[in-house]
Amino acid sequence: MSELVVGTKKGLFLLEGEPNSGFDITTRAFAGDPVDFATRDPRTGRLLAAVTSPFYGPKIFYTDGGPEAEWEQAEGLALPEGGDSALERIWVIAPGEADGTLYAGGDPGVLFESHDGGASWEINAGLWEQPSRPHWQPGGGGLCLHSISTWPGDPDRLAVAVSAAGMWLTEDGGRTWRRGNEGLNPGYLPEEALADENAGRCVHHVERAPRQPSRMFMQFHGGVYRSDDAGGSWTDIGGGELPSDFGFPLMIDPADPDSAYLIPLVADMDRVTPDGRVRVYETRDGGSTWAARGDGLPAQHAYLTVLRQAFNRVGEGPELELYFGSTSGELFGSCDAGASWSTLATRLPPVFSLVAF
Amino acid sequence: MAIVSVRGPLRKLAGARAEHELEGVTVLELLRALEGRHPDLGGWVLDERGLIRRHINVYVNGERGEEATPVRDGDRVEVLPAITGG
Repeated sequence: MSELVVGTKKGLFLLEGEPNSGFDITTRAFAGDPVDFATRDPRTGRLLAAVTSPFYGPKIFYTDGGPEAEWEQAEGLALPEGGDSALERIWVIAPGEADGTLYAGGDPGVLFESHDGGASWEINAGLWEQPSRPHWQPGGGGLCLHSISTWPGDPDRLAVAVSAAGMWLTEDGGRTWRRGNEGLNPGYLPEEALADENAGRCVHHVERAPRQPSRMFMQFHGGVYRSDDAGGSWTDIGGGELPSDFGFPLMIDPADPDSAYLIPLVADMDRVTPDGRVRVYETRDGGSTWAARGDGLPAQHAYLTVLRQAFNRVGEGPELELYFGSTSGELFGSCDAGASWSTLATRLPPVFSLVAF
Repeated sequence: MAIVSVRGPLRKLAGARAEHELEGVTVLELLRALEGRHPDLGGWVLDERGLIRRHINVYVNGERGEEATPVRDGDRVEVLPAITGG
């Protein structure tokens, strides 16, 4: 039995089931409110939801009971008072390596840390006070910190990605940060601007291979990349069989550092699945070759958009389960590492995020 | 003293009371005073900059107000979610 924690434009949904036999919606919470991201802390079972009321601003809520139990509002989730910006949105929540530690990334390019399981948060000052921050450029979705990659077993090493301020790496628990953008080639910039490290590096999603943490994969705004030095530099792997080098969602098989899964979209000016077909592309050789995996997915007149946080997995190896949701409110799943797929839900609100357990 | 009224989730966060008698000579001072009395309201009406959130409307005696709008004794200040959405 697997559980899907799904954030949508109109609330949080929990589903339980198996890809083969179907999923049931067990809960809806935060009815009517945008749930930008929701997950469990796998160490405690605590549910956390990033909710951005259009009226009252972004908050994180948590509950240790069932999702229909009382939700508590987390404290401390704000920018320093008296500044010239306000927190716009929380894009992602990720468990840290140290006990009780969680990270949350948000707009404007901000990282929060919690050391009590998500009840209270504080801003990561090292990243917030980067001298180059005034020059950071937002992407289309804002200045969003959307990817947080911990280093298994080492709480001091962390990589985060900000659209469009690029990759940021720390080896001292977030006290100091350095950029990790070498090798990225933003085709949307004039050649003369490439030397400007503040010119936009529009990273869309990053994942780290847990068994070989120096190996990372990146979906860029026009480009797919691999890093073999923990995010310091990047090699283009976006050619070959991929129908497009544009997209947002990216997953890996934890058992295989050479694996990655993408759901490409046509291009930045046409953010739908290419050719009216929904296909997941898989590499098992570090990006040298890619193969389409679409058995069971819509194959005709299917112009779906899958957002960056709406693709996730549970398990690994031959038992790897993959799940994704679309802005058209559909959920799809595979229980055989992407070889075959089934539709798990339809007519949900637009899916913003999906995390599987 | 002015009367600040809130509704919906703000009322719940404000001790389940709709009306609050508060000291202040501007809308911002009243809202700060309300937050001071009910800390759970922090961040719900005013953001980190001290600005009223974009989709919250404040009316003073039925006239649209903003942070610096003056308030006198006996004035009624209503805090309402704006008509918005999509």
